[in-house]
Amino acid sequence: MALKQWLLSGLLASTCLVSIAAAGPIENYSPVTAERLKNPEPGNWMHYRRTYDGQGYSPLDQINTSNVKNLTPVWTFSTGVIEGHEAPPIINNGVMFVATPSGQVIALNAKTGDEYWRYKRQLPEDLFQLHPTNRGVGLWQDKVYLATTDDHVVALEAKTGKVVWDTKVQDYKKGQYLTLMPLVVDGKVIVGGSGGELGVRGYVVAYDAETGKELWRTFTIPGTGEPGNETWSGDDWKTGGGSAWMTGNYDPDTKTVYWGTGNAAPWPGDTHSGDNLYTSSVLALDPDSGKMKTYFQYHQNDSWDWDEVDAPMLVDLQKDGRTIKSLIHPGRNAIFWVLERKPDSIKYVAGWPFVHTDVWKGIEPESGKPIVDPAHKPVIGKRVEFCPSLWGGKDWPSAAYSQKTGLVYVPANENFCGGFTGEKVPLVAGQLWLGTKPEDIGLTPRPGATHFGELQAWDPATGKKAWSHNFPKSQLFGSVTATAGDLIFVGGTNDRMFRAFHAKTGELLWEQKTNSGIMAMPIAYEVDGTQYIAVQSGWGVDAQRIQDGLVGKVPGLENNVPQGGVVWVFAVKK
Amino acid sequence: MCQDPTRRALILTVLATGACVASSRSSVAEEDLPGSNERPQKADVLVFSEGEHAGEVIKPQDLKVGGPPVRAWPKDPRTSVIRKGSRLNEVLVVKLDPAELDEETRSRAAGGVVAYSVICVHTGCPITAWVKAANSDKDVFKCVCHNSEYDPRQSAQVIFGPAPRRLPALPLEPDDGPLTVAATFVGKVGAQQAR
Repeated sequence: MALKQWLLSGLLASTCLVSIAAAGPIENYSPVTAERLKNPEPGNWMHYRRTYDGQGYSPLDQINTSNVKNLTPVWTFSTGVIEGHEAPPIINNGVMFVATPSGQVIALNAKTGDEYWRYKRQLPEDLFQLHPTNRGVGLWQDKVYLATTDDHVVALEAKTGKVVWDTKVQDYKKGQYLTLMPLVVDGKVIVGGSGGELGVRGYVVAYDAETGKELWRTFTIPGTGEPGNETWSGDDWKTGGGSAWMTGNYDPDTKTVYWGTGNAAPWPGDTHSGDNLYTSSVLALDPDSGKMKTYFQYHQNDSWDWDEVDAPMLVDLQKDGRTIKSLIHPGRNAIFWVLERKPDSIKYVAGWPFVHTDVWKGIEPESGKPIVDPAHKPVIGKRVEFCPSLWGGKDWPSAAYSQKTGLVYVPANENFCGGFTGEKVPLVAGQLWLGTKPEDIGLTPRPGATHFGELQAWDPATGKKAWSHNFPKSQLFGSVTATAGDLIFVGGTNDRMFRAFHAKTGELLWEQKTNSGIMAMPIAYEVDGTQYIAVQSGWGVDAQRIQDGLVGKVPGLENNVPQGGVVWVFAVKK
Repeated sequence: MCQDPTRRALILTVLATGACVASSRSSVAEEDLPGSNERPQKADVLVFSEGEHAGEVIKPQDLKVGGPPVRAWPKDPRTSVIRKGSRLNEVLVVKLDPAELDEETRSRAAGGVVAYSVICVHTGCPITAWVKAANSDKDVFKCVCHNSEYDPRQSAQVIFGPAPRRLPALPLEPDDGPLTVAATFVGKVGAQQAR
């Protein structure tokens, strides 16, 4: 065979192989409407936390406390990607969309695991990825929306994966990037920017779902002349952090989006004096205009890297003889917050420490402002230790609320303290800007600590802990999901286990070792009458950082967690 | 916490001179000069990329044996263009005891001076720390983003953390003059791409 002809044959064969490898395009796709997003079918998981209220609760109960012991893998799918896989699989009537680090989206048959199509973001080779992850795709009509670490929002055709539009948000070379799952509200694709360690000014921005045109942008740090700017000194607001890198929740009844914001930057509070609105806060935004309706700041003048980016859950809470339209947020700052959402304000209801902390002396009962112990507040030129560590009582992994038990399930980290020496550091665009040397960050187990990770169940109405399950040799760094089968699913430990607990008692009912560690959010879904549980296993990012920080400090620590993503899907063996 | 003086020196150098990097990077016209985006080439000299000597040619005697490393740009000696148009061109330069270097590393060294890409091959963060290795008493390169560590004595092979491969080496001419590039990078510069 002539060389030219042989090469041509090879190319044609390659093309055919690509076609054969994928089962797509998707033939029967169910368009995603506003009504479906507002009231998703029980078998689907179309939001970050399944529903707009962010509860992380599935009404499916086919898998329950009596049969979960028979849960077994039915299919798996290797993503081919390393680093932290943090996205929940998104389910729309039998179609699963999986987002991975490096900006990939894989469309799969949710029943069989067959691939329909794959989108691969061609990331710039000079990209600096501090948090190389992605937390999922948003859905609207016949499109899928991805936010990328090179700071673009991309719309894909749901049936084929073809790019419909691609909008640059800001410049990745200046430390701007995106890691969250877009929130879709009435044809608007809403995202928030990451980059708090790189001297950025946080924002939330909305795009038209059809065209990618920017509709509004609200900065989380107010500029000159805007309300709240007076809580900053000089020009500190221009680079003050407040990143908004987790998906917000939404109250359709009042048309209000609730978005969590990041810490102030750089870390030591004396580099940015003032309360620093609206960092470490929850913002109430109008999704049509981006206008801020109100806010609540969890703590002022953050100095600990305690962002509060995991949006609070919306729960109708029965407390003291009335129904409170509440916001519930187990904070990175170690306080379990119960707030009341009103049209023009967010009111403090209750708060208590859910892990050991030496930073707070109490909470002002009217304002809800925590009272800081200055001995444990980092400053320039002095090493300061504090509890919990900078990863907080609960980092970004989400808690869940069960509508059956009325309990909140928290992936907490107990007995970790830490510290650093504050330094005044000039900002270089696109480079780390922490206010300390990154390798100076300490992570120290408390003397006598018997465990670290702690899955907790709290009654938000009474402030009483119902139960907890402790992990002696591992952090707990994974989101929690609750189901109507009275089950709590969570990974998050460095032994690579995926576990199910009894929602009422905390009894460990089932566990399965996976390929890597699980940071991502488990989901429940249903196809053709069968309920499935799915989760991505793929260790990395901050779970890996915590683990590296514990080497040599925790005897017997498992420090060899292999990386590499796999989608795991389970069902009950019949 | 007591700080290792060499680690502190590198970090302070990196941080304190960041403004110089920023100011030089703000010169768009300079970055657009022909060749500023091209990878280091044979016969390029190395210049300090930061600090009070930013832009000056580096000589072996400017470096202290045992580190800390300095960050450097390649410079075309014929056109005087500094190749700082891409962050992928920046290198770490460190002077070590030649007896500590393995054979492959020694073959790329100028005396005990070795040069490697500053870009961690894991996710593309810059390597900023010179610290005791997690598993030994040797000072090594560390990328603090995700804790990858590389030993410059052994072709910058990975000795800890998630990085999948060694840092690309930049071979140097084995003489005592200004540090001069002997060949292009050995290996692909920058982060790995998934699939």
